[in-house]
Amino acid sequence: MTHLPVLVVLVPLVAALLIPVLALGSARAARIFALAALLLTQAMADLALHRVLVAGTWHYRLGGWAPPWGIEYVLDPLSGGMAVLVSFMALLTAIYAGPHLAGATRIRSGTFHALFLLLAAGLLGIVVTGDVFNLYVFLEISSLAGYALLASGTPRAAVATFRYLLVGTVAATFYLLGIGFFYAATGTLNMADLGARLAGGADPTLVGMGVALVTVGLAVKSAVYPLHGWLPDAYSHAPASVIPFVAAVMSKVGAYALFRMLYFVVGTAGAGGEALRLLGLAAAVAVVAGSAMALAQRDVRRMLAYSSVGQMGYVIMGFAIGNAAGVTGALLHILNHAVMKGCLFMSGGAVAWRTRVTSVREYAGMARRLPLTMAGFSLAALSMIGLPPTCGFFSKWYLVLGALQRGAWPFVVALVASSLMTAAYFLRLLERAYFGEAEAPPAGERRTPELPLSLLAPVLVLALGTLALGIFNQSIVTAVIRHALPGGL
Amino acid sequence: MGLGHANYLLAAALLLLGLHGLVTRPNLVRKLMAMSVLQVAVIMFFLSLAAKDRAHPPIVLDGPVVRARDYINPLPHALMLTAIVVSVSTTGVALALLIRIHRRYGTLEEPELLERLRE
Repeated sequence: MTHLPVLVVLVPLVAALLIPVLALGSARAARIFALAALLLTQAMADLALHRVLVAGTWHYRLGGWAPPWGIEYVLDPLSGGMAVLVSFMALLTAIYAGPHLAGATRIRSGTFHALFLLLAAGLLGIVVTGDVFNLYVFLEISSLAGYALLASGTPRAAVATFRYLLVGTVAATFYLLGIGFFYAATGTLNMADLGARLAGGADPTLVGMGVALVTVGLAVKSAVYPLHGWLPDAYSHAPASVIPFVAAVMSKVGAYALFRMLYFVVGTAGAGGEALRLLGLAAAVAVVAGSAMALAQRDVRRMLAYSSVGQMGYVIMGFAIGNAAGVTGALLHILNHAVMKGCLFMSGGAVAWRTRVTSVREYAGMARRLPLTMAGFSLAALSMIGLPPTCGFFSKWYLVLGALQRGAWPFVVALVASSLMTAAYFLRLLERAYFGEAEAPPAGERRTPELPLSLLAPVLVLALGTLALGIFNQSIVTAVIRHALPGGL
Repeated sequence: MGLGHANYLLAAALLLLGLHGLVTRPNLVRKLMAMSVLQVAVIMFFLSLAAKDRAHPPIVLDGPVVRARDYINPLPHALMLTAIVVSVSTTGVALALLIRIHRRYGTLEEPELLERLRE
């Protein structure tokens, strides 16, 4: 119990190292072990968040070394909430991956599970660490595992991933260089200590360089327009077994790191505020451009990928709005979009798994062929458009509220325009799926249930999740997000 | 600006060289090499932060009195050991991807690759 903050990272990390050995014996044993490790991680994250909400922020000293000399893990309502989200999406996607891996060799299945847990461990590490260099290491652990997983799709995935690797490594190197400037200015790497020393006054040139480099680095990782170029190709060629997890949380964890650095370490006065102003401009373009590009796509996965560019813009815009309502909207949208986009990629992947259909045109009549899957897809799509009582409505509500309070009219216009385009690209697909003429489905496709349970259950859990998060949004905001806001908001 | 800034200038030059190579080289292996140069620039920068005039490597052999100003700062060195490991791993993964790309498309020149992707 006392070691919970580090165990959340260590359990998936150690499991990732053991899985290849287990897989040599039996792929089934390795898979069960991986699922058990993720289940344990999720339970520990839940427990940790519960304790943090009851007893306050939890500081854990790695190896007993006191900060700022030692590495510190910090669980607060923000990092605790992110840990719950990441571990939950990891568990659900790992379950969902089962049928996609059918027929894979022992080595392939073992490698997949090992890399998947490594990715989860890296993302959880980013979330819980209180040390800026430790964050860099976890950023690279998650990225390397992510590259390997994304590249395991079609041959084109290797090309897309190589580009992502170059861009991602440059981004991480910028982040590291930025940390170097912070270290030169203050002589510390601990987030809390760094924050205090920066607030106490440090060389503004060094701090300015640090903020600029860290912001650009993390903005690439969270695919902020116009630094999103790697995302559409990487997402649309990746294997369906990984993409729900990657699309749901990987860029969100980047946005979390950006938020943590700008609001909790650098502070929004001075260079941090300048960075947020620029990010706000980028976000306003992103929400419109991302949705417009999604509207132009013919492939469903590509459409969802461009939609993610727009939706990340919502999150960043909330940070840039910078008042309580705006930041609440951004944090709520991290959660909501993870659930919605996870559900959309899962149901899209399930459709492709059963019918080989990936283009919007061929979705005609799909609701009659796979009614439950399409019901899940539709619920998540309606939430993306922002229809109450689904969760997508409430995060947009907070964002619009925050923008209005600040009198930031361009943001309001961008949000409304983007919502209309989101409605256009999803309704176009739903209209085909429900009212389109089905191309005669191959004989013998009628089956009950329409999909294996391990594909269908995660889709339905997330689809119902969009409803549940919407209905209970008020309690999520008051119980967790209100406490996750930085001091002074 | 004396010779004391030479290492920072070198780091900045390597950084720009790396970025230039990443953007302008059409060959994917060369892009990867440019990425390594970029990473080395940051290592150079950190190690320069650790340097002090007339100081020893941070190894205490004997003597009861240890004065910090007699030793260079070991922390950036420790950080960069980790960064080097990261850089090696990244290069390894990238090379593995390049092997896959070459086997499938038979080229690592970006213009030819793009042409083959369009087919």
